[in-house]
Amino acid sequence: MIWTEIDTWIVLTGVVTSMSCALIGNFLVVRRMSLMGDAISHAVLPGLAAAFILGGTRHPMPMFAGAVVAGLSTAFLTEWIHRKGRVEESSAMGVVFTTLFALGLILIVRAADTVDLDPSCVLYGSIELSPLDTLSVAGYDVPRSFVIGAGVLLLNAVLITLFYKELKISSFDPEAATAMGISARGMYYLVMALVAITTVASFESVGSILVIAMLIVPGASAHFMGVRLGSVIFWSLVIAALSAGGGHLAAITVPTWFGFPDTSTAGSMAVVSGLLFAGCFFFAPQRGVLTRWFAHRALKRRIVREDVLGSLYRWQEANPEPAPGPDMGVLHTRVGHSVVKLRHAVTALRKRKLIKAGTDLDIALTSDGVEKAGNIIRDHRLWEQYLHSKVKLPADHVHSTSEQLEHVTDPSIRKKLEKELEGARVDPHGRNIPQ
Amino acid sequence: MQSNDFIGDLWRLLTLADYNTRIVLFGAAILGFGAGIMGCFMMLRRRAMISDVVSHAALPGIVAAFIIMAGWPSGGKFLPLLLLGALISGLLGMGCVHVIKTYSHIKEDAALGIVLSVFFGLGVALLGIVQQMHVGSAAGLETFIYGKTASMLAADAWLMAGAAAVVVLICALFFKEFRLLCFDPEFAKSQGWPVHGLDILLTALVVLVTVIGLQAVGLILMIALLIIPPAAARFWTDRLVVMVMVSALIGAMGAVMGASVSALYPKLPAGAMIVIACSIIFAFSFMLGPRRGLIHGMVSQAALSNRIARQHLMRAIYECMEASSPERLEPYGKPALVSLHQLTASRGWSDRKVKELLHAAARDGEVEIEGWPMLRFTPEGLKHARTIVRNHRLWEWYMITHADVAPSHVDRNADEIEHVLGAAMVAELENSYAISSQSGGFPDSPHRLDIPMAETTTDKS
Repeated sequence: MIWTEIDTWIVLTGVVTSMSCALIGNFLVVRRMSLMGDAISHAVLPGLAAAFILGGTRHPMPMFAGAVVAGLSTAFLTEWIHRKGRVEESSAMGVVFTTLFALGLILIVRAADTVDLDPSCVLYGSIELSPLDTLSVAGYDVPRSFVIGAGVLLLNAVLITLFYKELKISSFDPEAATAMGISARGMYYLVMALVAITTVASFESVGSILVIAMLIVPGASAHFMGVRLGSVIFWSLVIAALSAGGGHLAAITVPTWFGFPDTSTAGSMAVVSGLLFAGCFFFAPQRGVLTRWFAHRALKRRIVREDVLGSLYRWQEANPEPAPGPDMGVLHTRVGHSVVKLRHAVTALRKRKLIKAGTDLDIALTSDGVEKAGNIIRDHRLWEQYLHSKVKLPADHVHSTSEQLEHVTDPSIRKKLEKELEGARVDPHGRNIPQ
Repeated sequence: MQSNDFIGDLWRLLTLADYNTRIVLFGAAILGFGAGIMGCFMMLRRRAMISDVVSHAALPGIVAAFIIMAGWPSGGKFLPLLLLGALISGLLGMGCVHVIKTYSHIKEDAALGIVLSVFFGLGVALLGIVQQMHVGSAAGLETFIYGKTASMLAADAWLMAGAAAVVVLICALFFKEFRLLCFDPEFAKSQGWPVHGLDILLTALVVLVTVIGLQAVGLILMIALLIIPPAAARFWTDRLVVMVMVSALIGAMGAVMGASVSALYPKLPAGAMIVIACSIIFAFSFMLGPRRGLIHGMVSQAALSNRIARQHLMRAIYECMEASSPERLEPYGKPALVSLHQLTASRGWSDRKVKELLHAAARDGEVEIEGWPMLRFTPEGLKHARTIVRNHRLWEWYMITHADVAPSHVDRNADEIEHVLGAAMVAELENSYAISSQSGGFPDSPHRLDIPMAETTTDKS
């Protein structure tokens, strides 16, 4: 692999383009209109073609104008057909964007003799060639697509900062926005116009499919990393930039393992963004699927351990030493979890030196274990007393609820319980509350 | 000279003289037919955009199958294997959508968008590799994106016919199940039906149709064939059986029209022309459809507002008579005369509007105009007016006694509802009025005094 200045420019162009897509794409994702991004990115084709045919140039201004008109008409026609014809929204969208795309294809084919516009270029883009087409900015040769991408990123950033509050409220709760005097429709069309502009700006460098990937995938992945819109947007930008950099790197390295020089950077960027999404999906802190599964398993194991400790404490209470501790079978009948889980818990407790090392026929607490188990039993009996004396539950109904609450009682809750009960020393069944 | 050529071409097209044209028209029609059927169920299940995702997600499978085959000694492209690759990756894509949707808080639209773009991106990346391979020609793979309708082979057409036959057969066998799945999946689940299995079957059929059609007509056209015909068919009927048939017909018609135009003008791409033909049929249905069409909607709206205005007029005349000459309300002898000014004063209408309404009523034989500004009911008109007024007052009475609406407010509510009361409802109201009032007679207005008494004229005849 040889990294050249060209590769740097490709990555920089990819980064600004995908960041501008991700920025506005967040609002498509939270509005549950992700497929509108797909629809608009197909439907701007006739706008582009018309701008080419009428203007006869590839100057960006007519292109943007044509794209915005086509993009807004997609949104408008979809809404109109949906409302007037009571056609389901995604069907209405399908009707509109396929028609516009077909129209665009026909226009391009008809005008192919006079205008240099290749439909496959629109589909795949040609980011690899972008560094060859340069502009002179402040004395430096900068690729044209980088300048356009950076400009659109700036435009998106400025408009989203200016209208941040309005966009946020109207995305999550259009009725509330209208009640507050914000034009929800205006914001809707602002988002659609920005999507259209961003799409067109990105076509040339990365093609329409990557546009869809960058509009939606970073925003969706970011939902695993953050909850508030601000942090979601931040993470989506990070993921977009990583996809662009990683995508180009993958495009020039992975194929070499199989004996090929390289592959499409745009396609690899989409694939890398997909991998990043999968990473967030499985491993994101707190919200990842596997992370949650592990946390859930850890909680379940802790509950078994605490149940074992509590049961041993009660055993000691009932049979003062030097009577032998219960064996695994007795523990099973007293605690109720499966023997496999109990064995696992007992081993773990031994490792933590809460249970005496010995055979499974005589399981007993160490002094650390007694203290820890005492706390659990204390929580349990405090809860029982609280439920009985304050919530007025009958004494024979409080056990099972306390059994669940004891596992989630932290010191601050315990302090509150103690204050509420003002030094109660026994539970409703007359047993001592360990101090 | 050129027009002769054109007529010759048209003649050859219409008589299906060319073997090639026959194949293309037949293949396109049968594909449109099958897609039209499948599209109905997908639209009603609110999954119209699934075809979009499937057709994009099929690309990596196609390219991967090509790469695998390139390693074989024989090399080249073997269509069934390419399609198998497409089928597998299309189904895999749908599986991913399902996993993302089920195990995380990501919504369906985002899940669809993610799978669509990432799978297609993978396809493009693989395609980039294929283009550097020195075996066979990769050019054929591009047809999966743009289609090559005009150069369809007989084998392709037969493949499509086979797929369409499978679709028709399965949809006929599972029609009842699919219908319930589309309209009330919760109920289907509660009845113990395998909703999940049916969904998978439906999705698999869509994937099948999409994959078969993909290489013949291209990506976007395939989406259009699955979405536009059902959306258009919805304007023509409320019955699912009819809708499925109409949709299949529209799909076939659009395909034939588009392919024909493209056969006449080879510069126009067939795939795009088929989409445009379908869209034109859609626009036509949207305008003229008898169920939800725009024009139908406007006409029935106008008819309803005419009917309401007429009923208001009848009641106004009746109430004027009631105020001035209550003794002449019984349906014997000639009804009393009422003046135009009384009417305009009682409803706040303009003179012009009242005159228009009166002329319409006179044409229907409900009112006689005895020289302006005097008029009277015909006996039939009086009878009709009595029904209208009775319904109105029954409803007012109901609102006051059962819905606790103040008498000064009931008129408005009654005005809105009286025009849509059904016969059964009126009978029920009459019944309960008869029980509660113990008279069973004609109800009085609950706010008689509100009726303007000004400009009372006496009967001159």
